[in-house]
Amino acid sequence: MEDLSAIQLREKIAAGEISSVEATEAIFKSIEEREPVIGAYISTYRDKALEKAAEVDKRIAAGEPTGELAGVPVAVKDNMCTTFGATTCASKILENFHAPYNATAVEKLISADAVIVGKTNMDEFAMGSSTENSGLKQTVNPWDHSRVPGGSSGGSAAAVAGGLCFAALGSDTGGSIRQPASFCGVVGLKPTYGRISRFGLVAYGSSLDQIGPITRTVTDSALMLNVIAGHDPADSTSVNESVAPVCDYLEKLNEPIEKLKIAVVPEFNVGAEEQVQKALTDAIDIYRALGAKVIEIDMPHLDYAIAAYYLIATAEASSNLARYDGVHYGHRSEKADDYIEVYSKSRAEAFGKEVKRRIMLGTYALSSGYYDAYYLKALKVRNLIRADFTSAFEKCEAILMPVSPTAAFKIGEKVNDPLKMYLSDIYTIAANLAGIPGISIPCGFDDKELPIGLQILTPAFTEDKLLRIARMFEKQTDWNTKKPTFTN
Amino acid sequence: MSTEVQYKVVVGLEIHVHLCTKSKMFCSCAVEFGQKPNSRVCPVCLGMPGVLPVMNKQALEYAVLAALALNCEIAEFTKWDRKSYYYPDLPKNYQISQYDLPLSSNGFIEVPLGEGQTKRIRIIRAHLEEDAGKNLHPAGNFSQVDLNRTGTPLLEIVTEPDMNSAAEVRALAIELQRMVRYLGVSEADMQKGHMRFEPNVNLVITKDGRGYKTPIVEVKNLNSFRALEKSVEYESQRQLDEFLQTGITMETGGKSTRGWDDAREVTVLQREKEEAHDYRYFPDPDLVPVELTGQWLDDIKSGLCELPIKRQICYINEYKLSDYDAGVLTAERSTADFFEDSITAGGEPKRVCNLLTQVGLKLANERQCTVADLGISPAEFAQIAKDVDNGLISATGANKAIELKTQNLDKPFNIIYEENKLIQKSDAGELETIVDQILAENPKAVDDVKSGGKKTKKAKGFLLGQVMRKTKGQANPKVVSQILAKKLG
Repeated sequence: MEDLSAIQLREKIAAGEISSVEATEAIFKSIEEREPVIGAYISTYRDKALEKAAEVDKRIAAGEPTGELAGVPVAVKDNMCTTFGATTCASKILENFHAPYNATAVEKLISADAVIVGKTNMDEFAMGSSTENSGLKQTVNPWDHSRVPGGSSGGSAAAVAGGLCFAALGSDTGGSIRQPASFCGVVGLKPTYGRISRFGLVAYGSSLDQIGPITRTVTDSALMLNVIAGHDPADSTSVNESVAPVCDYLEKLNEPIEKLKIAVVPEFNVGAEEQVQKALTDAIDIYRALGAKVIEIDMPHLDYAIAAYYLIATAEASSNLARYDGVHYGHRSEKADDYIEVYSKSRAEAFGKEVKRRIMLGTYALSSGYYDAYYLKALKVRNLIRADFTSAFEKCEAILMPVSPTAAFKIGEKVNDPLKMYLSDIYTIAANLAGIPGISIPCGFDDKELPIGLQILTPAFTEDKLLRIARMFEKQTDWNTKKPTFTN
Repeated sequence: MSTEVQYKVVVGLEIHVHLCTKSKMFCSCAVEFGQKPNSRVCPVCLGMPGVLPVMNKQALEYAVLAALALNCEIAEFTKWDRKSYYYPDLPKNYQISQYDLPLSSNGFIEVPLGEGQTKRIRIIRAHLEEDAGKNLHPAGNFSQVDLNRTGTPLLEIVTEPDMNSAAEVRALAIELQRMVRYLGVSEADMQKGHMRFEPNVNLVITKDGRGYKTPIVEVKNLNSFRALEKSVEYESQRQLDEFLQTGITMETGGKSTRGWDDAREVTVLQREKEEAHDYRYFPDPDLVPVELTGQWLDDIKSGLCELPIKRQICYINEYKLSDYDAGVLTAERSTADFFEDSITAGGEPKRVCNLLTQVGLKLANERQCTVADLGISPAEFAQIAKDVDNGLISATGANKAIELKTQNLDKPFNIIYEENKLIQKSDAGELETIVDQILAENPKAVDDVKSGGKKTKKAKGFLLGQVMRKTKGQANPKVVSQILAKKLG
C-alpha cells in the first residue's frame, strides 16, 4: 500500500479494494514505527481519523457519493487553523491555541472526505528553511536522519517522503513548500498568489503566503489543487474566478505541451552546487528530447530578490505577529507586573530567536526615517522582479531553475549563520515576490544519495500548464518512485 | 511701562464619527451599543490567528457620502494601511486605517454663526478606519477589555485650523452632527460616543507690536459639545496666562497633549513634547485597494440630499423665519422635509413654522418620534395653517386641534373643530351686538380709550378680552378689533 499514490489509493478505496480504515491504520502503524525518529508531526489524531475513515467506508459501501479525496490519509501543516487539536505554528506562544474555525483549505479537505491524520512540524511561524526553528520539536530528513528536511514545511515534506501520510498541505512564503519537497524527494507546488484562500492560515508575510500541496507525484498535486483552489469571500486577496477561472487540473494533465518553449537563466544558476547544476542540465536535456525548445534568458533583478524578500516579509511579519501579546490568548508571562510587561515578557519568553530577529528586522524596515530606504525600496525591487518575469514569459512558457543551491544540509550546519541560511532560498523567493506559481519535482540524487529538485515556474494562474510540464518530465523519469529506506 | 496684548485663538479639529452600519467595518458582527461585554465579537474582530478582514461596502459608501457633503474631492484610488501601536483594546495591535491615500480630501463645511451668517471651515481630509475596543477599570488590581466596539466603522475628519473661538468650534461640531444625521450615515448620539472630538488649540498673540504663537495643545477625546467648548475656552486662557508668565512660544516649547477633566473643568497635561510616536504605517496586505469610480460613485452621489445649512439659510432669507426657528426646523432632516412638504401643499411658511415649533415638535418629542410619525400629513398641516390665516380657527385653536387629532387620527379636522368649538365667530353683525353690549357695560374703559392717553392701549385690550370672554373665546379677535376701532374712533 505504501507504494500507492494518493490518487491510486483513492481509486482502490472507491473500488472497495482497500478500505479507508485499512489505509489509515497502515499510516498510523508507520507513524508508530518511524515518527519517533522523523518527528514530522506536532499532533496526530488517530481516533478522529479512523472515525472519518470508517464513515467514508460506510458511505462507499452504501453507494453514496464521496469527495475527491475520499478516505485518503493526509496531513496539514500546523499553521493552518483547525477546530480539532491545537494550532501551534510550532511556537510556544501558540502552544495551547485552539482555533474555533477551520482554515478554508482545511475545510475543503474535509469536504472532499480526506482523512486528516495530523498536523505537521514547521519552522516557528514558517520562518526558516530547515524546520530547525520549530519551537516544539526536531524533524529529520527521511533520507538521512542527520540532515534537515528543509523548511519551513519540513514536517509536511518529511511526512510525505517518510510514508506517514499520502499527501500534505504546506505553505510557501519564500520557498517553504518547494525547498523541503526538493530536500525530501517529493513534489511541492506553490500555486499563484490568490489561487487558494489564506483564511485560517496563520499569517507570516501576507502578500507572499500561499498554501499548496506536497505530494508523491505531480498527479497527486493536481488532485490536491482541484480540492483546495478557488475564490473565498473570506479572503479579499483570493482571486475571483471570473478573473482567473479554476479548472480541472487532472483533465489534461497527461497531455504533453507541443512545441514547448522553456528558458533557463544561466547567470543565476552558477551559485548552485555542481551536482545541483548537473541535475538541472540533465533535466533540460530530457525536455529537449521531448521536443522542447530551450532558450537562455537574462533576469537582471533576481539578484536582489533575497534582500527585497527579507524586508517585505519581515515588515509584514512584524505587524502580523504583533497580536501575540499575552493579552487575549496564547502564552502569558507569569512575571509581568503591568500591561507593558505582559507584552514584553510574554513575547520575550515565548518567541524563538529567528522570529525575534525577523520581527526586529521588519520593525526597523517600517520605522520612520527608514521606511523609504528599506520597505519602499523593497517594493520597487519587487515590481522590477515582476517585470523581469513578465518580459521573460513573453519569450517562453516556463522557466527552469534549481530549487535550492544544495541538497539537504546537516542539522545544525547553518543555524548560527542566518545569512547563509537565507541564501538557501535564493531560487524560490522570486516566485513569491512575483506571485507566480512554481513547482519542485524530483530530478536526481547527489553522491550522498540525497534528492535534488527541479523548479519550474510559469505565469500567474497557469497551474494547469505548470502541472502538465512537470508531468511530462515525471513520465520520462523514475525519480519520484524512489523512497528512503527506513532503518531505526 | 504699559504693554498692549491682543490675541486670537486658532483651533483645528479632529473628529471621529461612528457610521451607523448594521455590521462592523471588516467582519459581520453587529454594531450595537450597550450590549453585554464581548458579546458582539468574532474571530476577525478579536484578531485571532489566521483570520482576514473583509471590507464592509456600506461603510465605505457612507463615508463617501459624508465626504461629498463635506465638499471633499473623492479619491479614485484609495487603500488601507495598518497603524501599529500596542494597547489592550486593540486586539491585533494595529488599527486598519488610511494613511497616504485617504478616500477624500480638500473639502469645506459652512458653519452657521447666527443671523444667517456662516463661516467656511476647510476640511483637510476625511478617511475611514476601524474603532478600538474599550478598556474598563473596575475597582481592584486588574483591568477588563470590552471588544464589542472593536471594528466599528469610524469616519475621521480633520479640519484646517480655521476656527477662532470656542463658539465657532461648537458650531462646527453641531453642524457636523446635523449633517451626518441628515445623510443618515450616523446617529451621532453623543451619549453613545458616536462623535468624539480632539481640538488642536493655540494662540496668535500680538504684544508690543510683535507677533507670537503659543505651542499647540491637542486636547484628547472629548465626547460632548460642552466639554469641547469649555476645553477650548480653558485652553485659550491657560495659554495666554502661560505666555504672559513665561513667554513660551511655538519655537521654544513643543506640542503637547492634554486631557479634559470634566469635573474640575480644566485640561490636564498628558504627554509633553510629542513622545515620538512611530505608527509604522504600511499598506495592509490583507485588503485590496478600492477604486471609487464610475457607476458606483454615481450611485453613492445620488444619496446626497440638500444639506441643513443650505436649508437654514434659505428659511431665513426666503421665508423670513428667525435664525432660531430656522435652526429648530433644520435640526433634523425629517422635520425640515415635513416643513417643506407642508409649504409645497400651500401652507404659509411662518404659520406652518409656528404650528410645528409650538405643537408638532413638542408632541413628537413626547412620543419620541418624528413629526411625520405623528400621523398628520403635511397637506393637513398646510390646511390648518390656511384655516388660521383665513380666520376659521385661532392659532391657539389650531394647536389644540393638532393635539386632539393625534389622540384620534380617524376623526377629520372639521369635526374636531366643531366638537371643540374651535371655529371662530367672524360674523360682523353678530359680533357687533356683543361689542355694543360690552361697551355699554364698561363706560370707564370706553372713556380711557377715547382719552387717547397712556391708558388707551390697555383699555382696548381689556375690551377685546371682555368680548372674547363673552364668546367663550370663539370670537375672531381680528374682526372684534376692527369693530372696536370703528366704534371708538
